[in-house]
Amino acid sequence: MSSAKTKTNPVNKLKLTGVHKSFGSNHVLNGVDIAVEPGKSLVVIGGSGSGKSVMLKSVLGIVQPDQGSITVDGQETVGLGPKDRDAVMRKFGMLFQGAALFDSMKVWENVSFGLMQGRGMDKRSAHEIAIEKITAVGLKPEVGDLYPAEISGGMQKRVGLARAIATSPEIIFFDEPTTGLDPIMSDVINDLIVKSVKELGATALSITHDMASARKIADHIAMIYEGRIIWHGPVDDLDHSGNEYVDQFIHGRADGPITRRTA
Amino acid sequence: MAAKLENFPDHKDSQKSGGPVGFIFNFFQAVGGAILGFFQKIGHLTDFALRSVAHCFMPPTFFKQILRQLVDIGYYSLPVVGMTALFTGMVLALQSYTGMTRFNAESAIAGVVVLSVTRELAPVLAGLMVAGRVGAAIAAEIGTMRVTEQIDALTTLSVNPFKYLVVPRIIAGTLTLPILVLIGDIIGVFGGYAVAVYKLDFSAGSYISQTWDILETMDVVSGLVKAAAFGFIVTVLGCYHGYNSQRGAQGVGAATTNAVVSASIMILIFNYIITQIFFS
Ligand SMILES: Nc1ncnc2c1ncn2[C@@H]1O[C@H](COP(=O)(O)OP(=O)(O)OP(=O)(O)O)[C@@H](O)[C@H]1O
Ligand SMILES: [Mg+2]
Repeated sequence: MSSAKTKTNPVNKLKLTGVHKSFGSNHVLNGVDIAVEPGKSLVVIGGSGSGKSVMLKSVLGIVQPDQGSITVDGQETVGLGPKDRDAVMRKFGMLFQGAALFDSMKVWENVSFGLMQGRGMDKRSAHEIAIEKITAVGLKPEVGDLYPAEISGGMQKRVGLARAIATSPEIIFFDEPTTGLDPIMSDVINDLIVKSVKELGATALSITHDMASARKIADHIAMIYEGRIIWHGPVDDLDHSGNEYVDQFIHGRADGPITRRTA
Repeated sequence: MAAKLENFPDHKDSQKSGGPVGFIFNFFQAVGGAILGFFQKIGHLTDFALRSVAHCFMPPTFFKQILRQLVDIGYYSLPVVGMTALFTGMVLALQSYTGMTRFNAESAIAGVVVLSVTRELAPVLAGLMVAGRVGAAIAAEIGTMRVTEQIDALTTLSVNPFKYLVVPRIIAGTLTLPILVLIGDIIGVFGGYAVAVYKLDFSAGSYISQTWDILETMDVVSGLVKAAAFGFIVTVLGCYHGYNSQRGAQGVGAATTNAVVSASIMILIFNYIITQIFFS
């Protein structure tokens, strides 16, 4: 599937080959193959529980894959020691499904956390960058002095985005950036994602089941089903993919080849 | 473990066939599974504790976090530990008075109070109180961070959760509990003194000299060693259960309960072991 891509770009920014992961008898990933070119945005779509978050966590090293290879800039990352893993992590930024803000810290401390604690930047410069990123995601600088519990869910997502981009990562991961937001706020977040990825020149890997969001932020789309990538192509091909699973999913039809597991 | 056993076809058959053989097999499978599960847990916990200790000695160190935990765990536990020690010392004097007068051994009260407090009661009761106060708080906080993916977020921001969350708590617990217990020793002895002198009409001078006569350095030191061990136990178990919390509010609740219960039991077990090492 990725052979066409490999021709245009010999080194993919991020590449997963045959990634397997099971939790006990629950086989979540059954050989995931995807690749993202530098500066491009890939969106993985798929139903709830299809293993999207597990796939992302495998890339981040939070979940240990049972089998397969994950390369970043051509370097194998599965089974890296703590030091090398650390160097790879510095290229990453991540927006979590539930924002995952540190609730014991103020908003600006959240945003500057990676800079101060992860990279040892001094407080004044970190604060400056934090306020800059907070305004970049469309929040007032005063929000920086509030605690995460004092702001709405949509604002938390924006702060999560500001935190993800604060360290100017090369690769940014978005785990369902728009779930739980109203359509307008979703679109605001989509625009922010597109804008910040462009400004940083970053590579993006997102997962979502919000099709409007996927169309807006993706260059390429891949669909995951039963732990495998079953279709993969440019976003413009989405509506004539010729794949009945994809068709069923993007139109949200209850009947089709994808059957609801009632387990 | 149980899942593995089910793969043996003949075992499965014997289970299905029921009867005495099936019953005996089920019985041993349940008991064996529980025992294996227990040792697996112990191994898991030991691995966690060793990893935490190793991280204590590897940079970077988050001094600000350590300071914060010193205040949270040590300073804010002072009232609880102080009150516990005070009333324990007081009740000891009162109880031993009613007991000792039967043997005309009132002069032993000072010794009973100071030895019980320093060797046993101050460290064990302080440990148990701190298990309830600090162990529960640690498990709930870290468990919530686990469930809301804040621990994963730390990793993605290049901060090791062991160094940032676990190490400061363990260092603070292990360092401050001996200090708390030392203060508890003094307050406890004072409580006994107050009851003896003001309620039971002992002479202040002779009570104090009896206390000093019987007290040896080892009595206090053994209590402080126990306190350090209990501080370690409480914080490690709080972190362990929080770190491995299951999803949802229920998971965090269970983590909190398990942290307190397991820490309390471990405190009583290690109290016996350390006493054995010091005084036999
Ligand atoms: N740490 C874990 N331990 C055990 N099972 C897990 C763990 N993480 C995920 N799973 C299981 O893996 C499967 C896929 O979960 P995952 O979170 O990746 O789904 P998802 O595709 O992100 O779904 P959603 O769209 O609802 O977020 C689920 O069956 C889940 O129970
Ligand atoms: Mg998910």
